[in-house]
Amino acid sequence: MSSNTAREAKGKAPAADPRRKPTPPAPDRAEHPSWSREELQRILAEREAWSAGELAEVLARAPRRRKAFETDSGIPIPDVLDPASLPEVDFRRDVGYPGRYPFTRGPQPTMYRGRLWTMRQFAGFGSPEDTNQRFKYLLSHGMTGLSTAFDMPALMGYDPDHPMSRGEVGKEGVSVATLRDFEVLFGGIPLADVTTSMTINASAVIALAMYVAVAEKSGVPRAKLGGTVQADMLKEYIAQKEWIVGPRPAVKMMCDMIEFCAREMPRWNPVSISGYHIREAGATAVQELAFTLADGLEYVQLLVDRGLDVDSFAGRLSFFWDVHNDFFEEIAKFRAARRIWARTLRERFGAKRRESLLLRTHAQTAGVSLTAQQPYNNVVRVALQGMAAVLGGTQSLHTNSLDETYALPTEDAVTIALRTQQIIACESGADRVVDPLAGSYFVEYLTNEMEKRALDYIHRIDAMGGMLRAVEEGFPQKEIGEAAFRTQREIESGDRVIVGINGFRTEADEPIALLKIDESVARAQVERLRAVRSERSAEAVKGALAGVERACRDGANVMPPIIEAAKAYASLGEISDVFRKVWGQYREEGRF
Amino acid sequence: MSQKERTLRILVAKPGLDGHDRGAKIIARALRDGGFEVIYTGLHQTPEMIVAAALQEDVDAVGLSIMSGAHMTLFPAVIDLLKAQGATDVTVFGGGIIPQDDVPRLKELGTAEVFLPGSSTQTIIDWIRGHIHPRQAA
Repeated sequence: MSSNTAREAKGKAPAADPRRKPTPPAPDRAEHPSWSREELQRILAEREAWSAGELAEVLARAPRRRKAFETDSGIPIPDVLDPASLPEVDFRRDVGYPGRYPFTRGPQPTMYRGRLWTMRQFAGFGSPEDTNQRFKYLLSHGMTGLSTAFDMPALMGYDPDHPMSRGEVGKEGVSVATLRDFEVLFGGIPLADVTTSMTINASAVIALAMYVAVAEKSGVPRAKLGGTVQADMLKEYIAQKEWIVGPRPAVKMMCDMIEFCAREMPRWNPVSISGYHIREAGATAVQELAFTLADGLEYVQLLVDRGLDVDSFAGRLSFFWDVHNDFFEEIAKFRAARRIWARTLRERFGAKRRESLLLRTHAQTAGVSLTAQQPYNNVVRVALQGMAAVLGGTQSLHTNSLDETYALPTEDAVTIALRTQQIIACESGADRVVDPLAGSYFVEYLTNEMEKRALDYIHRIDAMGGMLRAVEEGFPQKEIGEAAFRTQREIESGDRVIVGINGFRTEADEPIALLKIDESVARAQVERLRAVRSERSAEAVKGALAGVERACRDGANVMPPIIEAAKAYASLGEISDVFRKVWGQYREEGRF
Repeated sequence: MSQKERTLRILVAKPGLDGHDRGAKIIARALRDGGFEVIYTGLHQTPEMIVAAALQEDVDAVGLSIMSGAHMTLFPAVIDLLKAQGATDVTVFGGGIIPQDDVPRLKELGTAEVFLPGSSTQTIIDWIRGHIHPRQAA
């Protein structure tokens, strides 16, 4: 049923909107094969002889452990791969050289031989003081970029004193409400020298405004600020589910921010198009690749529809992948992503600048793969996943801490996680070579298969009228729900073994130390907010919020008035209330 | 099990602000496949919304799924509200990212069972069959 849709889709993409050009398909054969036809035939004959000979002989005595082998995404893995398994690969066209189109081998020519990836551990908990201290600790231990986790109330646009914030303040990230909190959070950190990533989406416009305000107050102009806000709204409705208003106004505000950054903040990445949450919600690697790229392509289309030149903003778009357990498939995912992005930006959108075509990415090891049982095993999982991200050519990496199935990491656990990256960088040798798995028959095969399967999905989404429509129709949500349920069934049937869960179990687990956030954080944050409210000019706040409302209603760019509101010490909740007033609080139906 | 006993009705609920609904949806589906009537609240529910849904849907039990760390606040809030509404026979159980240390206190506060990460859906189904019985009609 679904494959029919895919076939129909191919025939008629793009759908209704004539402004939408088609996404190019994956090439199905090599123009310049690396092997002559005659040699390929000799290789095939040799493979057949081996199959009938050595292989058959062993199989007669000892059958395979499984009837069929496949990757976690369901890509079949044959008994052996050879040059004849890759008839469509054209070395110069599809693999080529690092830093050169289509960037399969990496966005820069030297990769880690020039500069190591950024080791960026996501941190944020409790009060702004707590997180500021953790930032300084991590910077003093060799971390090279800040990464801020905000608490749930901040992500959903509520102040700490809102009834919806009950029990949540400072729990899953740092609690912030006004510019005063940002002043504490980034106090004593040279904002012109570090890059700061902020993991926030629905309220990203507000967080960026507050960051600009805090920097400008300390004398650093916005043009000098480097960093990223996640701000990928489509994946919120698909997977992470932190929202304020519905998809259309949310994506509109996001595009305002990208446009604003293209004009005024040349060093800022205004969006981190994220597969992470899609994967963590249960998607396969192919789905993560497809839906994330489809999200990115939708943003590019909407910005081009606004009249922006694709080359004015595409170079600032960045990505964020999950790195899960299936080592080779994960490496192939990074390579396929860069190739699809480069080809699509050039062929569908006519991008010309090199920076517009290359996909730069952050990566994080898969939180969902960690187990609460035998938690020290998580260190090993993280090391393998981190290695896959490096072999895949990531620009920046967060390695999870062993205790993250329970809580935010303790200082000891986060230190081991950072050391894991440093061991990969300094001891494994992976830093000395660029794209070492290129030319591996298996990895090139997987790269091609990931590309084809992801493009099948992207063409289906194109046929629906683009990702915004597909998300409104619940298409990616449903596909991910099915995949998550399938995986759970495979684990429960024993078909998929997770060490410590359905295999190799031990009776009692050693308890590990956990980070707990007590309710005093909430009380202190509510008190600070009250103090700010009594000290600030109520008149100035009222005027600034009216400015935000006007921009929302008139369809103007919302960034400048939100920066004014931040500077007037309007709170995150108050600004979000303006969005709710104009567009209404979004709610999702309880479907399962 | 007598034929007359009606099918158990379970409300799967997501209290709080976290959006991690993979577990809640898998559980809802597995319970439905296990033969229960299942209602899922959807995300971002306050304790008041959950209790209103439980009463309106006349459920026998409420399963709370939470990943945000707010369980020590939100579990008791649901239990207390059910009590205040006189629905003391609605069983409350739950699961999610809950440290082992917090389990005894959650049970003292009236949570019937807490399922930690890695629990199989079959374990949960078996527990429901063994511990939850249809409420008497009021």
